[in-house]
Amino acid sequence: MKHLLSINDLSKADAISILDTAQELARVSDGPMKKLPTLRGRTIVNLFAEDSTRTRISFEAAAKRLSADVINFSAKGSSISKGESLKDTAQTLQAMGADAVIIRHGASGAAQRLADSQWMSGSVINAGDGTHEHPSQALLDAFTIRKHLSKGASDLAGLRIAIVGDVLHSRVARSNVLLLSKLGAQVILVAPPTLLPVGIESWPCEISYDLDDVIKSVDAIMMLRIQMERMSELFFPNAREYSRYFGLNIDRMKALKPAAIVMHPGPMNRGLEITADAADGARSVIVEQVANGVSIRMAILYLLLAGSQEIGAAL
Amino acid sequence: MSLVLPAPDLTRALTRISHEILERNAGSSNITLLGIPTRGAHLANRIAEIITKIESVPVQVGTLDITLHRDDLRMRPPRALMPTVIPALGVEGRDIILIDDVLFSGRTIRAALDALGEIGRPKSVQLAILVDRGHRELPIRADYVGKNIPTSREQSVVVHLTELDGADEVLVEGGSE
Repeated sequence: MKHLLSINDLSKADAISILDTAQELARVSDGPMKKLPTLRGRTIVNLFAEDSTRTRISFEAAAKRLSADVINFSAKGSSISKGESLKDTAQTLQAMGADAVIIRHGASGAAQRLADSQWMSGSVINAGDGTHEHPSQALLDAFTIRKHLSKGASDLAGLRIAIVGDVLHSRVARSNVLLLSKLGAQVILVAPPTLLPVGIESWPCEISYDLDDVIKSVDAIMMLRIQMERMSELFFPNAREYSRYFGLNIDRMKALKPAAIVMHPGPMNRGLEITADAADGARSVIVEQVANGVSIRMAILYLLLAGSQEIGAAL
Repeated sequence: MSLVLPAPDLTRALTRISHEILERNAGSSNITLLGIPTRGAHLANRIAEIITKIESVPVQVGTLDITLHRDDLRMRPPRALMPTVIPALGVEGRDIILIDDVLFSGRTIRAALDALGEIGRPKSVQLAILVDRGHRELPIRADYVGKNIPTSREQSVVVHLTELDGADEVLVEGGSE
Protein backbone atom coordinates (compact mmCIF):
# COMPACT_ATOMS: atom_id res chain seq x y z
CA MET A 1 0.00 0.00 0.00
CA LYS A 2 1.36 3.36 -0.97
CA HIS A 3 -1.40 5.78 0.06
CA LEU A 4 -3.97 5.96 2.84
CA LEU A 5 -7.01 7.65 1.32
CA SER A 6 -10.05 5.78 2.57
CA ILE A 7 -10.95 3.02 4.99
CA ASN A 8 -12.28 1.18 1.94
CA ASP A 9 -8.66 0.68 0.81
CA LEU A 10 -7.95 -1.41 3.90
CA SER A 11 -8.83 -5.05 4.48
CA LYS A 12 -9.67 -6.18 7.98
CA ALA A 13 -6.18 -7.69 8.28
CA ASP A 14 -4.58 -4.40 7.16
CA ALA A 15 -6.53 -2.47 9.77
CA ILE A 16 -5.56 -4.92 12.51
CA SER A 17 -1.93 -4.73 11.46
CA ILE A 18 -2.05 -0.92 11.79
CA LEU A 19 -3.59 -1.24 15.27
CA ASP A 20 -0.99 -3.83 16.33
CA THR A 21 1.86 -1.70 15.04
CA ALA A 22 0.46 1.31 16.91
CA GLN A 23 0.32 -0.73 20.07
CA GLU A 24 4.03 -1.49 19.84
CA LEU A 25 4.84 2.12 18.95
CA ALA A 26 2.84 3.43 21.91
CA ARG A 27 5.61 1.97 24.02
CA VAL A 28 8.00 4.53 22.53
CA SER A 29 5.70 7.37 23.49
CA ASP A 30 5.65 6.04 27.05
CA GLY A 31 9.41 5.51 27.30
CA PRO A 32 12.11 7.97 28.32
CA MET A 33 13.48 8.36 24.77
CA LYS A 34 10.63 9.45 22.51
CA LYS A 35 12.61 9.15 19.32
CA LEU A 36 13.34 6.39 16.83
CA PRO A 37 15.71 6.62 13.86
CA THR A 38 13.34 4.75 11.53
CA LEU A 39 12.38 7.51 9.06
CA ARG A 40 15.62 9.49 9.19
CA GLY A 41 16.12 11.46 5.99
CA ARG A 42 12.49 11.24 4.87
CA THR A 43 10.60 14.47 4.28
CA ILE A 44 6.93 14.67 5.21
CA VAL A 45 4.77 17.64 4.26
CA ASN A 46 1.72 18.62 6.28
CA LEU A 47 -0.48 20.25 3.66
CA PHE A 48 -3.41 21.73 5.56
CA ALA A 49 -5.81 23.72 3.44
CA GLU A 50 -8.34 23.68 6.29
CA ASP A 51 -7.89 24.51 9.96
CA SER A 52 -6.83 21.76 12.33
CA THR A 53 -5.19 21.55 15.71
CA ARG A 54 -4.91 17.98 16.79
CA THR A 55 -4.61 16.17 13.49
CA ARG A 56 -1.78 18.40 12.25
CA ILE A 57 0.10 18.42 15.55
CA SER A 58 -0.48 14.71 15.96
CA PHE A 59 0.96 13.90 12.52
CA GLU A 60 3.84 16.28 13.20
CA ALA A 61 4.62 14.65 16.56
CA ALA A 62 4.37 11.18 14.97
CA ALA A 63 6.73 12.09 12.13
CA LYS A 64 9.22 13.69 14.49
CA ARG A 65 9.25 10.71 16.84
CA LEU A 66 10.27 8.62 13.82
CA SER A 67 12.99 11.20 12.96
CA ALA A 68 11.43 12.37 9.69
CA ASP A 69 11.75 16.01 8.64
CA VAL A 70 8.43 17.80 8.73
CA ILE A 71 7.41 20.78 6.65
CA ASN A 72 4.19 22.48 7.69
CA PHE A 73 2.19 24.14 5.03
CA SER A 74 -1.16 25.72 5.74
CA ALA A 75 -3.52 27.62 3.50
CA LYS A 76 -3.24 30.77 5.50
CA GLY A 77 0.12 32.37 4.86
CA SER A 78 0.87 30.31 1.73
CA SER A 79 0.19 30.67 -1.98
CA ILE A 80 -3.02 28.63 -1.61
CA SER A 81 -4.60 31.78 -0.20
CA LYS A 82 -3.43 33.58 -3.36
CA GLY A 83 -5.41 31.06 -5.41
CA GLU A 84 -2.68 28.57 -6.34
CA SER A 85 -4.15 25.30 -7.61
CA LEU A 86 -3.64 21.94 -5.93
CA LYS A 87 -1.65 20.85 -8.99
CA ASP A 88 0.86 23.68 -8.72
CA THR A 89 1.17 23.18 -5.00
CA ALA A 90 1.77 19.46 -5.49
CA GLN A 91 4.41 20.04 -8.15
CA THR A 92 6.19 22.46 -5.85
CA LEU A 93 6.23 19.84 -3.10
CA GLN A 94 7.51 17.23 -5.57
CA ALA A 95 10.36 19.55 -6.58
CA MET A 96 11.29 19.89 -2.91
CA GLY A 97 11.51 16.10 -2.58
CA ALA A 98 8.56 15.30 -0.34
CA ASP A 99 8.35 11.56 0.44
CA ALA A 100 4.81 11.90 1.77
CA VAL A 101 2.10 14.51 1.82
CA ILE A 102 -0.47 14.57 4.59
CA ILE A 103 -3.39 16.47 3.14
CA ARG A 104 -6.42 18.08 4.75
CA HIS A 105 -8.70 19.79 2.27
CA GLY A 106 -12.22 21.20 2.23
CA ALA A 107 -13.07 19.40 -1.01
CA SER A 108 -14.19 15.77 -0.77
CA GLY A 109 -11.85 13.69 -2.92
CA ALA A 110 -8.89 16.08 -2.80
CA ALA A 111 -6.57 13.39 -1.42
CA GLN A 112 -7.71 10.91 -4.07
CA ARG A 113 -7.09 13.48 -6.80
CA LEU A 114 -3.57 14.09 -5.49
CA ALA A 115 -2.82 10.37 -5.33
CA ASP A 116 -4.22 9.57 -8.79
CA SER A 117 -2.47 12.43 -10.53
CA GLN A 118 1.09 12.24 -11.75
CA TRP A 119 1.83 15.53 -10.03
CA MET A 120 3.99 14.01 -7.35
CA SER A 121 5.54 10.62 -6.64
CA GLY A 122 5.30 10.40 -2.84
CA SER A 123 2.69 8.80 -0.61
CA VAL A 124 -0.56 10.63 0.07
CA ILE A 125 -2.23 10.38 3.46
CA ASN A 126 -5.77 11.69 3.80
CA ALA A 127 -6.12 13.77 6.97
CA GLY A 128 -9.72 14.74 6.21
CA ASP A 129 -11.26 15.67 2.87
CA GLY A 130 -14.47 17.68 2.97
CA THR A 131 -17.33 15.57 4.29
CA HIS A 132 -15.84 12.38 2.85
CA GLU A 133 -13.32 10.55 5.05
CA HIS A 134 -10.82 10.90 7.86
CA PRO A 135 -9.20 7.44 8.06
CA SER A 136 -6.52 8.15 10.67
CA GLN A 137 -9.19 9.42 13.09
CA ALA A 138 -11.23 6.23 12.63
CA LEU A 139 -8.13 4.11 13.22
CA LEU A 140 -7.30 5.93 16.44
CA ASP A 141 -10.91 5.57 17.60
CA ALA A 142 -10.83 1.84 16.85
CA PHE A 143 -7.50 1.61 18.68
CA THR A 144 -8.97 3.36 21.74
CA ILE A 145 -12.07 1.14 21.73
CA ARG A 146 -10.00 -2.01 21.32
CA LYS A 147 -7.70 -1.04 24.17
CA HIS A 148 -10.60 -0.52 26.57
CA LEU A 149 -13.19 -3.05 25.51
CA SER A 150 -11.93 -5.90 23.33
CA LYS A 151 -10.61 -8.00 26.26
CA GLY A 152 -7.52 -9.06 24.35
CA ALA A 153 -9.22 -9.81 21.02
CA SER A 154 -7.60 -8.29 17.94
CA ASP A 155 -10.90 -7.07 16.48
CA LEU A 156 -14.07 -5.46 17.88
CA ALA A 157 -16.49 -8.36 17.41
CA GLY A 158 -19.63 -8.16 19.52
CA LEU A 159 -19.27 -4.53 20.60
CA ARG A 160 -22.10 -2.03 20.10
CA ILE A 161 -20.97 1.48 19.33
CA ALA A 162 -23.21 4.53 18.97
CA ILE A 163 -22.13 7.51 16.88
CA VAL A 164 -24.29 10.49 17.76
CA GLY A 165 -24.88 13.85 16.13
CA ASP A 166 -23.93 15.63 12.94
CA VAL A 167 -23.35 12.63 10.67
CA LEU A 168 -24.20 14.66 7.57
CA HIS A 169 -21.11 16.85 7.75
CA SER A 170 -18.88 14.31 9.46
CA ARG A 171 -16.03 12.57 7.68
CA VAL A 172 -15.18 11.04 11.07
CA ALA A 173 -18.57 9.29 11.17
CA ARG A 174 -18.22 7.85 7.67
CA SER A 175 -14.71 6.51 8.25
CA ASN A 176 -15.74 5.13 11.63
CA VAL A 177 -18.82 3.33 10.33
CA LEU A 178 -16.72 1.67 7.63
CA LEU A 179 -13.85 0.72 9.93
CA LEU A 180 -15.75 -0.33 13.06
CA SER A 181 -18.14 -2.52 11.08
CA LYS A 182 -15.17 -3.99 9.20
CA LEU A 183 -13.69 -4.92 12.58
CA GLY A 184 -16.88 -6.71 13.58
CA ALA A 185 -18.58 -4.07 15.73
CA GLN A 186 -22.25 -3.15 15.45
CA VAL A 187 -22.55 0.57 14.74
CA ILE A 188 -25.67 2.64 15.44
CA LEU A 189 -25.93 6.17 14.09
CA VAL A 190 -28.12 8.44 16.19
CA ALA A 191 -29.10 11.80 14.72
CA PRO A 192 -32.04 13.94 13.73
CA PRO A 193 -33.16 13.00 10.18
CA THR A 194 -31.94 16.37 8.90
CA LEU A 195 -28.37 15.52 9.91
CA LEU A 196 -28.18 12.18 8.10
CA PRO A 197 -26.80 12.12 4.55
CA VAL A 198 -28.70 10.86 1.51
CA GLY A 199 -27.95 7.18 0.89
CA ILE A 200 -27.39 6.38 4.56
CA GLU A 201 -29.43 3.15 4.13
CA SER A 202 -26.50 1.62 2.25
CA TRP A 203 -24.04 2.19 5.11
CA PRO A 204 -23.18 -0.91 7.15
CA CYS A 205 -24.94 0.32 10.30
CA GLU A 206 -28.25 0.78 12.09
CA ILE A 207 -29.99 4.14 12.38
CA SER A 208 -31.94 5.54 15.30
CA TYR A 209 -33.55 8.87 16.11
CA ASP A 210 -33.83 8.21 19.82
CA LEU A 211 -30.66 8.53 21.91
CA ASP A 212 -32.35 7.46 25.17
CA ASP A 213 -33.41 4.22 23.55
CA VAL A 214 -29.93 3.42 22.24
CA ILE A 215 -27.74 4.58 25.10
CA LYS A 216 -28.64 1.73 27.46
CA SER A 217 -27.21 -0.96 25.21
CA VAL A 218 -23.94 0.47 23.88
CA ASP A 219 -20.33 -0.24 24.92
CA ALA A 220 -19.00 3.02 23.55
CA ILE A 221 -20.66 6.29 22.63
CA MET A 222 -18.99 8.68 20.23
CA MET A 223 -20.32 12.23 20.18
CA LEU A 224 -19.79 14.22 16.98
CA ARG A 225 -19.19 17.94 16.80
CA ILE A 226 -21.98 20.08 15.42
CA GLN A 227 -20.11 21.62 12.48
CA MET A 228 -21.44 25.15 12.48
CA GLU A 229 -18.90 26.23 9.84
CA ARG A 230 -20.34 23.79 7.28
CA MET A 231 -23.97 24.61 8.00
CA SER A 232 -25.46 27.07 5.58
CA GLU A 233 -29.06 26.28 6.48
CA LEU A 234 -31.00 25.40 9.59
CA PHE A 235 -30.78 21.70 10.48
CA PHE A 236 -32.43 21.88 13.90
CA PRO A 237 -34.68 24.51 15.52
CA ASN A 238 -32.17 25.71 18.11
CA ALA A 239 -29.16 24.60 20.09
CA ARG A 240 -31.11 24.00 23.30
CA GLU A 241 -33.49 21.65 21.60
CA TYR A 242 -30.63 19.78 19.97
CA SER A 243 -28.85 19.31 23.31
CA ARG A 244 -32.03 18.13 24.95
CA TYR A 245 -32.58 15.38 22.39
CA PHE A 246 -29.07 14.49 21.21
CA GLY A 247 -26.63 15.91 23.77
CA LEU A 248 -24.73 13.75 26.26
CA ASN A 249 -25.52 15.05 29.72
CA ILE A 250 -25.25 13.74 33.26
CA ASP A 251 -28.65 11.99 33.17
CA ARG A 252 -27.82 10.10 30.01
CA MET A 253 -24.39 9.18 31.48
CA LYS A 254 -26.27 7.34 34.24
CA ALA A 255 -28.09 5.25 31.65
CA LEU A 256 -24.82 3.96 30.13
CA LYS A 257 -23.55 0.46 30.87
CA PRO A 258 -21.02 0.40 33.74
CA ALA A 259 -17.99 -0.22 31.50
CA ALA A 260 -19.04 1.99 28.59
CA ILE A 261 -16.68 4.70 27.39
CA VAL A 262 -17.38 8.22 26.11
CA MET A 263 -15.55 9.49 23.01
CA HIS A 264 -15.38 12.67 20.99
CA PRO A 265 -13.06 13.39 18.06
CA GLY A 266 -12.69 17.04 19.13
CA PRO A 267 -12.88 19.96 19.06
CA MET A 268 -15.87 19.86 21.40
CA ASN A 269 -18.74 22.31 21.60
CA ARG A 270 -19.14 22.04 25.34
CA GLY A 271 -22.74 22.51 26.34
CA LEU A 272 -24.06 21.63 22.87
CA GLU A 273 -23.38 18.00 21.97
CA ILE A 274 -21.67 17.16 25.27
CA THR A 275 -21.79 18.72 28.72
CA ALA A 276 -18.66 19.43 30.74
CA ASP A 277 -19.50 16.69 33.31
CA ALA A 278 -19.71 14.11 30.55
CA ALA A 279 -16.58 15.32 28.75
CA ASP A 280 -14.44 15.42 31.88
CA GLY A 281 -15.96 12.42 33.69
CA ALA A 282 -14.22 9.18 34.58
CA ARG A 283 -15.63 7.35 31.53
CA SER A 284 -14.36 9.92 29.11
CA VAL A 285 -11.41 8.77 26.97
CA ILE A 286 -11.32 12.00 24.95
CA VAL A 287 -7.84 13.06 26.06
CA GLU A 288 -6.54 9.54 25.63
CA GLN A 289 -7.84 9.56 22.04
CA VAL A 290 -5.40 12.38 21.33
CA ALA A 291 -2.46 10.42 22.78
CA ASN A 292 -3.49 7.33 20.83
CA GLY A 293 -3.64 9.48 17.70
CA VAL A 294 0.12 9.94 17.79
CA SER A 295 0.73 6.18 18.03
CA ILE A 296 -1.70 5.43 15.18
CA ARG A 297 -0.10 8.06 12.97
CA MET A 298 3.36 6.72 13.74
CA ALA A 299 2.11 3.31 12.65
CA ILE A 300 0.67 4.72 9.41
CA LEU A 301 3.87 6.58 8.58
CA TYR A 302 5.99 3.55 9.46
CA LEU A 303 3.96 1.14 7.33
CA LEU A 304 3.73 3.51 4.35
CA LEU A 305 7.23 4.94 4.38
CA ALA A 306 9.75 2.75 6.18
CA GLY A 307 9.99 -0.03 3.63
CA SER A 308 10.91 0.09 0.01
CA GLN A 309 8.14 1.27 -2.28
CA GLU A 310 9.51 -0.65 -5.27
CA ILE A 311 9.07 -4.15 -3.92
CA GLY A 312 5.54 -3.56 -2.70
CA ALA A 313 4.29 -3.48 0.80
CA ALA A 314 3.38 -5.75 3.67
CA LEU A 315 -0.01 -4.06 3.80
CA MET B 1 19.95 -29.78 3.19
CA SER B 2 22.05 -31.16 6.03
CA LEU B 3 21.38 -31.51 9.72
CA VAL B 4 24.16 -29.81 11.67
CA LEU B 5 22.63 -29.67 15.14
CA PRO B 6 20.11 -32.36 16.16
CA ALA B 7 17.71 -31.88 19.07
CA PRO B 8 19.80 -33.46 21.88
CA ASP B 9 22.86 -31.40 20.86
CA LEU B 10 20.77 -28.24 20.74
CA THR B 11 19.54 -28.85 24.28
CA ARG B 12 23.09 -29.57 25.46
CA ALA B 13 24.32 -26.37 23.84
CA LEU B 14 21.66 -24.31 25.63
CA THR B 15 22.49 -26.00 28.94
CA ARG B 16 26.19 -25.20 28.49
CA ILE B 17 25.43 -21.57 27.55
CA SER B 18 23.27 -21.28 30.69
CA HIS B 19 26.14 -22.50 32.87
CA GLU B 20 28.61 -20.18 31.13
CA ILE B 21 26.33 -17.19 31.69
CA LEU B 22 26.03 -18.03 35.40
CA GLU B 23 29.75 -18.61 35.77
CA ARG B 24 30.75 -15.37 34.09
CA ASN B 25 28.19 -13.26 35.97
CA ALA B 26 28.61 -15.00 39.32
CA GLY B 27 24.97 -16.08 39.56
CA SER B 28 21.72 -14.81 38.15
CA SER B 29 20.91 -11.94 40.52
CA ASN B 30 21.97 -9.09 38.22
CA ILE B 31 21.32 -10.61 34.79
CA THR B 32 18.41 -9.91 32.46
CA LEU B 33 17.90 -12.12 29.41
CA LEU B 34 16.51 -10.38 26.32
CA GLY B 35 15.61 -12.54 23.32
CA ILE B 36 15.37 -11.05 19.85
CA PRO B 37 12.04 -12.12 18.23
CA THR B 38 11.04 -14.50 17.02
CA ARG B 39 13.37 -17.44 17.65
CA GLY B 40 15.71 -15.58 19.95
CA ALA B 41 12.78 -14.91 22.25
CA HIS B 42 11.98 -18.63 22.51
CA LEU B 43 15.65 -19.44 23.12
CA ALA B 44 15.72 -16.80 25.89
CA ASN B 45 12.75 -18.48 27.57
CA ARG B 46 14.48 -21.86 27.40
CA ILE B 47 17.73 -20.51 28.83
CA ALA B 48 15.73 -18.74 31.56
CA GLU B 49 14.08 -22.05 32.42
CA ILE B 50 17.43 -23.82 32.68
CA ILE B 51 18.97 -21.03 34.78
CA THR B 52 15.96 -20.96 37.09
CA LYS B 53 16.31 -24.70 37.59
CA ILE B 54 20.03 -24.42 38.41
CA GLU B 55 19.77 -21.42 40.73
CA SER B 56 16.26 -22.14 42.13
CA VAL B 57 15.36 -18.44 41.76
CA PRO B 58 13.51 -16.97 38.78
CA VAL B 59 15.61 -14.95 36.34
CA GLN B 60 14.55 -11.74 34.56
CA VAL B 61 13.61 -12.51 30.96
CA GLY B 62 12.05 -10.45 28.19
CA THR B 63 12.10 -9.70 24.47
CA LEU B 64 13.60 -6.86 22.45
CA ASP B 65 12.25 -6.05 18.99
CA ILE B 66 14.83 -4.38 16.80
CA THR B 67 12.80 -3.77 13.62
CA LEU B 68 12.66 0.02 13.98
CA HIS B 69 16.45 0.18 14.25
CA ARG B 70 17.34 -1.99 11.27
CA ASP B 71 19.60 -0.44 8.64
CA ASP B 72 17.96 -2.39 5.81
CA LEU B 73 14.39 -1.13 6.30
CA ARG B 74 14.45 0.73 3.01
CA MET B 75 15.56 -2.33 1.09
CA ARG B 76 12.54 -4.44 1.98
CA PRO B 77 8.78 -4.08 2.32
CA PRO B 78 7.72 -2.84 5.76
CA ARG B 79 7.79 -5.50 8.44
CA ALA B 80 5.33 -6.07 11.22
CA LEU B 81 6.63 -5.04 14.62
CA MET B 82 7.11 -7.71 17.25
CA PRO B 83 6.50 -7.16 20.95
CA THR B 84 9.18 -5.75 23.21
CA VAL B 85 8.79 -6.86 26.80
CA ILE B 86 11.19 -5.41 29.34
CA PRO B 87 10.99 -7.30 32.65
CA ALA B 88 10.14 -5.54 35.92
CA LEU B 89 13.66 -4.54 36.97
CA GLY B 90 14.33 -2.73 33.66
CA VAL B 91 17.77 -2.54 32.02
CA GLU B 92 19.37 0.28 34.01
CA GLY B 93 22.50 -1.05 35.75
CA ARG B 94 21.75 -4.68 34.79
CA ASP B 95 23.94 -7.18 32.98
CA ILE B 96 21.98 -7.75 29.79
CA ILE B 97 22.32 -11.00 27.86
CA LEU B 98 21.06 -10.57 24.29
CA ILE B 99 19.96 -13.87 22.79
CA ASP B 100 19.44 -14.69 19.12
CA ASP B 101 19.41 -17.82 17.00
CA VAL B 102 21.95 -17.08 14.25
CA LEU B 103 24.86 -14.62 14.18
CA PHE B 104 25.68 -13.66 10.60
CA SER B 105 26.52 -10.12 9.48
CA GLY B 106 26.17 -8.69 12.98
CA ARG B 107 23.70 -6.04 11.82
CA THR B 108 20.83 -7.37 13.92
CA ILE B 109 23.00 -7.08 17.02
CA ARG B 110 24.02 -3.53 16.11
CA ALA B 111 20.33 -2.67 15.84
CA ALA B 112 19.69 -4.42 19.17
CA LEU B 113 22.37 -2.31 20.86
CA ASP B 114 20.69 0.82 19.50
CA ALA B 115 17.25 -0.36 20.64
CA LEU B 116 18.65 -1.16 24.08
CA GLY B 117 20.30 2.25 24.38
CA GLU B 118 16.90 3.83 23.96
CA ILE B 119 15.47 1.98 26.94
CA GLY B 120 18.30 2.69 29.38
CA ARG B 121 21.95 2.24 30.24
CA PRO B 122 22.82 -1.35 31.21
CA LYS B 123 25.94 -2.14 33.21
CA SER B 124 27.08 -4.51 30.49
CA VAL B 125 25.72 -6.19 27.38
CA GLN B 126 26.67 -9.75 26.46
CA LEU B 127 25.62 -11.82 23.47
CA ALA B 128 24.51 -15.44 23.41
CA ILE B 129 23.99 -17.12 20.05
CA LEU B 130 22.84 -20.60 19.09
CA VAL B 131 24.72 -20.70 15.77
CA ASP B 132 27.62 -18.53 14.65
CA ARG B 133 27.88 -18.91 10.87
CA GLY B 134 30.64 -16.34 10.26
CA HIS B 135 30.75 -13.62 7.56
CA ARG B 136 30.65 -10.69 9.97
CA GLU B 137 30.26 -7.23 8.42
CA LEU B 138 30.62 -5.34 11.69
CA PRO B 139 33.05 -5.60 14.63
CA ILE B 140 30.70 -7.75 16.73
CA ARG B 141 31.36 -11.10 18.42
CA ALA B 142 29.36 -13.42 20.62
CA ASP B 143 30.22 -14.13 24.28
CA TYR B 144 28.40 -17.45 24.31
CA VAL B 145 28.14 -19.66 21.21
CA GLY B 146 26.09 -22.84 20.89
CA LYS B 147 27.93 -24.04 17.80
CA ASN B 148 30.26 -22.52 15.23
CA ILE B 149 29.12 -23.59 11.77
CA PRO B 150 31.36 -22.46 8.91
CA THR B 151 29.15 -21.69 5.89
CA SER B 152 29.45 -20.08 2.49
CA ARG B 153 27.48 -16.91 1.83
CA GLU B 154 25.27 -18.79 -0.63
CA GLN B 155 24.06 -21.18 2.04
CA SER B 156 21.35 -20.45 4.54
CA VAL B 157 21.10 -21.61 8.11
CA VAL B 158 17.64 -22.70 9.23
CA VAL B 159 16.82 -22.99 12.93
CA HIS B 160 13.71 -24.95 13.88
CA LEU B 161 12.37 -24.82 17.42
CA THR B 162 9.64 -27.00 18.91
CA GLU B 163 7.54 -23.97 19.94
CA LEU B 164 7.19 -22.78 16.33
CA ASP B 165 8.20 -25.56 14.00
CA GLY B 166 7.39 -28.73 15.90
CA ALA B 167 11.01 -29.90 16.19
CA ASP B 168 14.39 -28.76 17.49
CA GLU B 169 17.08 -28.79 14.78
CA VAL B 170 19.53 -26.64 12.86
CA LEU B 171 19.92 -27.23 9.12
CA VAL B 172 22.17 -25.82 6.44
CA GLU B 173 20.59 -25.38 3.02
CA GLY B 174 21.81 -24.62 -0.48
CA GLY B 175 25.27 -23.76 -1.83
CA SER B 176 27.93 -26.43 -2.12
CA GLU B 177 27.42 -28.53 0.96
